[in-house]
Amino acid sequence: MNNDNIITLDHGGGGQASRELVELLLKHVPGQGGQCLQDAAVLAAPGPGQRLVFSTDSYIVDPIFFPGGDIGALAAHGTINDLAMRGARPIALSLAMILEEGLPLADLERIAKSIGEASARAAVPIVTGDTKVAPRGKVDKIFINTAGIGLIDASVDIGADKAQAGDVVLISGTIGDHGVTIMGGRAGIALRGDLRSDTTALHYFVARLIAAFPGAIHTLRDPTRGGVATALHELAEASDLAIEVEEESLPIRPSVRSACALLGLDPLWLANEGKCLIICQSDKAAAILTEMRLMPEGRDAALIGRAKPYQSSRVTLRTLLGGGRILSPLRGQPLPRIC
Amino acid sequence: MKYADEYRDTALALPLLRELQAVKRPMRIMEICGSHTMAIAKSGLRQVLPEHIELISGPGCPVCVTAQSHIDTMIELARQPRTRLATFGDMFRVPGVHGSLSAAMAEGAKAAVVYSPIEALELARRHADEEIIFFAVGFETTAPGVAATILAAKAAGLNNFSVFSSHKTMPAPLHALLSDPNLALDGLLCPGHVAAIIGASAFQVFCDDYHLACCVAGFELADLLSGLVMLARRISAGEARLDNAYERTVSWLGNERAQRMLVEVFEPVDMLWRGLGMLAGSGLGLRDKYREFDAAVRFSFSVAETKEPAGCRCGDVIRGAIQPPACPLFRRICGPGNPIGPCMVSGEGACAAWFAHAPL
Repeated sequence: MNNDNIITLDHGGGGQASRELVELLLKHVPGQGGQCLQDAAVLAAPGPGQRLVFSTDSYIVDPIFFPGGDIGALAAHGTINDLAMRGARPIALSLAMILEEGLPLADLERIAKSIGEASARAAVPIVTGDTKVAPRGKVDKIFINTAGIGLIDASVDIGADKAQAGDVVLISGTIGDHGVTIMGGRAGIALRGDLRSDTTALHYFVARLIAAFPGAIHTLRDPTRGGVATALHELAEASDLAIEVEEESLPIRPSVRSACALLGLDPLWLANEGKCLIICQSDKAAAILTEMRLMPEGRDAALIGRAKPYQSSRVTLRTLLGGGRILSPLRGQPLPRIC
Repeated sequence: MKYADEYRDTALALPLLRELQAVKRPMRIMEICGSHTMAIAKSGLRQVLPEHIELISGPGCPVCVTAQSHIDTMIELARQPRTRLATFGDMFRVPGVHGSLSAAMAEGAKAAVVYSPIEALELARRHADEEIIFFAVGFETTAPGVAATILAAKAAGLNNFSVFSSHKTMPAPLHALLSDPNLALDGLLCPGHVAAIIGASAFQVFCDDYHLACCVAGFELADLLSGLVMLARRISAGEARLDNAYERTVSWLGNERAQRMLVEVFEPVDMLWRGLGMLAGSGLGLRDKYREFDAAVRFSFSVAETKEPAGCRCGDVIRGAIQPPACPLFRRICGPGNPIGPCMVSGEGACAAWFAHAPL
């Protein structure tokens, strides 16, 4: 491979090569009114009563391309979703990339294209950005950071600490899809055809639910790293409640279940990149579920548990056999079994 | 693989559970395999079984039975200049005398998590200027993959790859355990994955020599419960017989191709087990014709005896002498965030299962 086709340290040097790199990226990530060429973007001030929401997240994933998406789509969707989980409407993203010397330009273009498409589909422009190049071996192919700004209306009050005893817990769809796809990819195991990452932006989905059921949704959370079990722990602690989950009601794709059985993984501990947990008023749950299932992001939505006053355990699971056990948060990282 | 789903169906599982709940005779059953231990804890089975059906975890977690001295030697190898150790993820968190492999890495030791031994060969190709050592743990389930890797290394003429074998074979530790009269078992739930390789017939000896009911079982909910129901029926009838509740995977003689590969590459050697000590012929060592791939030969190390962590009762847990909550360190000092012994580390360890999926 000659140097024309790969990232070199010159691309990070600030000279002509750097400029060519930025132009290549702008081909796929057009930004808004050419703002991407500037080091800082100027945005309109929020309207009366609106508040600003600000979030940032970094993306390191191996493999960088996987069934259902790539690190670029993940980086755009992830920050959009972090904003959406506060009930915000995302209005702008920043994009910073740290590239490893030797990264094929074709890979970078493919990622940039994916970010551009995700941003266009979500109607959330990328308004500023940065690239750096690190010597070979100092980063793994590509690290991406995105930050995002969103607006919330005065009437919206959604947060991890807003859940109440008596509320119910909904999930927008099947769990574990992203995590098992990545782990399978890393293990080099050819898993069944319909295993794919669920990476998607959830802000349209969430906005429609918030508009249709004002005040009924108390808490939103996208159960990414650590999976549903860990997210429920964080929410139960933040709201000082206990959450009881019914194993039977958990939506899990058969292919995900089989792959987890094979690898010795638990879908409750695996990352999701296009799902949200909703804790809401129990008397509105049935109507919210119906509304969720009308949208593609919520086709497999289910009621999975209930919030109760905290006594001795934060999150518990009623098993298929009727036994009760603690549902622990993930500790360390999910590892496949040996035997 | 889709058909695994119907085996966790409650329509199949609940009638089996009802039958177990109606069992009158008290019985003590040991599940040998760590994956069974985990499946039992996750299912919440203990809370819905009558108290007189006792389920005891056995010596079938590969990380747990790895001797402390092997862990320490593994970490020492990773610290050597120009070596890179490759092993399964769980091994990185097992405490050694001076901290875990993970901790050693933070100090500059080189090691990589692999999902399959064949990945270690890739490492050897990629890092031609380094010695790649694969630390091999596990039973007959993982050993054929390691044998295949050694054969591939020989075929490829790799000269910077070797294996530190801590492989163990399954029926051996059971003889050591069952000679302890205090264990007072009535039945053995036999490991489906191991039996898929060595054949269900390998467990017949425990019916004959120790008058135990034995049943080979799989890992989905209905598989697990069918195995227990078959055991309960035999024990209630006073029959020391071997059953196979996992016929869709396990045959009487097992996977003969995998067995041939094991025999080609490995020979039985005496092996040190945590909690059980040195057991004659219970390990797998590389045969002479593959000695160039034997890390012990290549680096001429011998495994020194080292002490197990003070107060840790992993050995007793492995022998079925105590259940994890009876260890004085359990939940007080030892937990997944600060594991003192391997049974708290491994995804197949009894302590990890009791901790993460604790009954209410």
